[in-house]
Amino acid sequence: MFDSADLAAIRLTVELASLVTVLLLLIGTPIAWWLARTRSRLKGPIGAVVSLPLVLPPAVLGFYLLVLLGPQGPVGQLTQQLGLGLLPFTFAGLVVASVIYSMPFVVQPLQNAFEAIGERPLEVAATLRASPLDTFFSVVVPLARPGFITAAILGFAHTVGEFGVVLMIGGNIPGKTQVVSMAIYNHVEAIEYANAHALSGVLLAFSFVVLLTLYTLNPSSRGRRLHD
Amino acid sequence: MTDAIRARFRLPRPGFCLDVDLTLPGAGVTVLFGHSGSGKTTLLRCVAGLERPDDGYLAVAGETWQDGGRFTPTHRRALGYVFQEASLFPHLSVAANLDFGAKRSGGGSGGGTVDRVAILDLLGIGHLLQRRPDGLSGGEKQRIAIARALLTRPRLLLMDEPLAALDAARKNEILPYLDRLHNELSIPILYVTHSVEEASRLADHLVLLEAGQVITSGPFAETFPRLDLPLQQGADAGAVLVATVAAHEADGLTRLAVTGSDLHLILPRRPEAIGSRLRLRVPARDITLTLSRHEDCSALNQLPGTVTGFVEHDGMALVSLDIHGALLLARISGRSRQRLGLEAGKAVWAQVKAMALP
Repeated sequence: MFDSADLAAIRLTVELASLVTVLLLLIGTPIAWWLARTRSRLKGPIGAVVSLPLVLPPAVLGFYLLVLLGPQGPVGQLTQQLGLGLLPFTFAGLVVASVIYSMPFVVQPLQNAFEAIGERPLEVAATLRASPLDTFFSVVVPLARPGFITAAILGFAHTVGEFGVVLMIGGNIPGKTQVVSMAIYNHVEAIEYANAHALSGVLLAFSFVVLLTLYTLNPSSRGRRLHD
Repeated sequence: MTDAIRARFRLPRPGFCLDVDLTLPGAGVTVLFGHSGSGKTTLLRCVAGLERPDDGYLAVAGETWQDGGRFTPTHRRALGYVFQEASLFPHLSVAANLDFGAKRSGGGSGGGTVDRVAILDLLGIGHLLQRRPDGLSGGEKQRIAIARALLTRPRLLLMDEPLAALDAARKNEILPYLDRLHNELSIPILYVTHSVEEASRLADHLVLLEAGQVITSGPFAETFPRLDLPLQQGADAGAVLVATVAAHEADGLTRLAVTGSDLHLILPRRPEAIGSRLRLRVPARDITLTLSRHEDCSALNQLPGTVTGFVEHDGMALVSLDIHGALLLARISGRSRQRLGLEAGKAVWAQVKAMALP
């Protein structure tokens, strides 16, 4: 049913989405925490930048990333000077692009969960001698757990499904940057509908399972409140 | 007093500015009393370090918690805080809620009771340890929150209207536990309330706040009956006295000695042992005044005293009296006051009916 290129594409997609999800949670959590708690005037602009990929056409985002990361771009020149080479058309480039592209899908559920927790549990923890960092891990993370689950699932699923950004920044190199959505596109171009059906079926089933998991595990993505 | 609390804060807020300078006793219950918006909760939050006034000074039990810009964050202050809602952590069992603060304050040098069993016993929650907060009544949650605060070995217990979110039945469930705290804890308690009933029952010291300012701060027995304060405006005006059981007399009555004065009062038989402490409420409407002693009067307590002042409102007069050094209030008609010529310095006899607070 799957040829070796298809299997490589599936493996690459799972690897990419897993790595990106971990990075998104690591980077997105402090951003979401800051957005949920700050009274700074920068909250609006930063929130808008983080959410930009929600409305920006993926091709536009991919194009700018290509320019930034390319040999003439500032980031490209930096990575070359650091001896990292150029990121476009590499797995690392895909990871960077996917983290940026999927960021709002992680930040927004986390921000909602943090905001729903409110000020009181943090104050209670402080009066019980917990430092702010201690409070974050022993109170905020457990109370925001539904938000973390939603964020991880959405981040993973969205990375699996991306196409435009991957096409621009990753190209379509089998075994290196060719993810499932690219493989489907190739099969359709070559009028190999049976192969396209098989891969599409996998993504369809995957998407359904993701949403089913979200709705069963997590009827509301809001954090639980303290007990009065 | 070396263990007293010194608190000076200035904190501008929309609508009012908290501006207080207080020295409070290092033991017993200090009630911060005022209407909503008077700044009493803000003051408590300043003491806890949950608000950070730019200008302030706070020392508790010889430790400085704030001095201008030098500010000890809340989690480094040896205090316990009981919020209006019990605020138990829903992801933890009762036992884990109790341990949360206890294990983070382990080995602390705070005074007071630290014996876990004694605290669980004091609040009657030993049987709830394995439960989750969801299944508990409001009263049970609040008792657990109090125990959780005490287990951090605080040097100061702060309570922000701990009964306000509860219905009357739950309040009456918790009040006896608060009485026990009051009697058995050696640490000072700052207790915020707008309920005259709770203040009457618990206060040793009273701070009256209005619009962010301290109107008065003093021992409860002296402050509460004052006519110039807004405490005595309601129909249930009266004095509250602390007394000890002096004797159970042969004819079935109990004699009480009022603390801080030479006043003795007779009550119907009390179940308490001789020497035990109780609070008495003497409603102003239950005191009758006469100019001479009446031999043919049925009142149990007929006592000589002196009028110290009065206020008149709507044809009724509230007269304050000094009886053997205790301050009492009598509500009589304005006409009676005029007919008897009651003014400051006038000697009177008072027929007093007192009742013990439950």
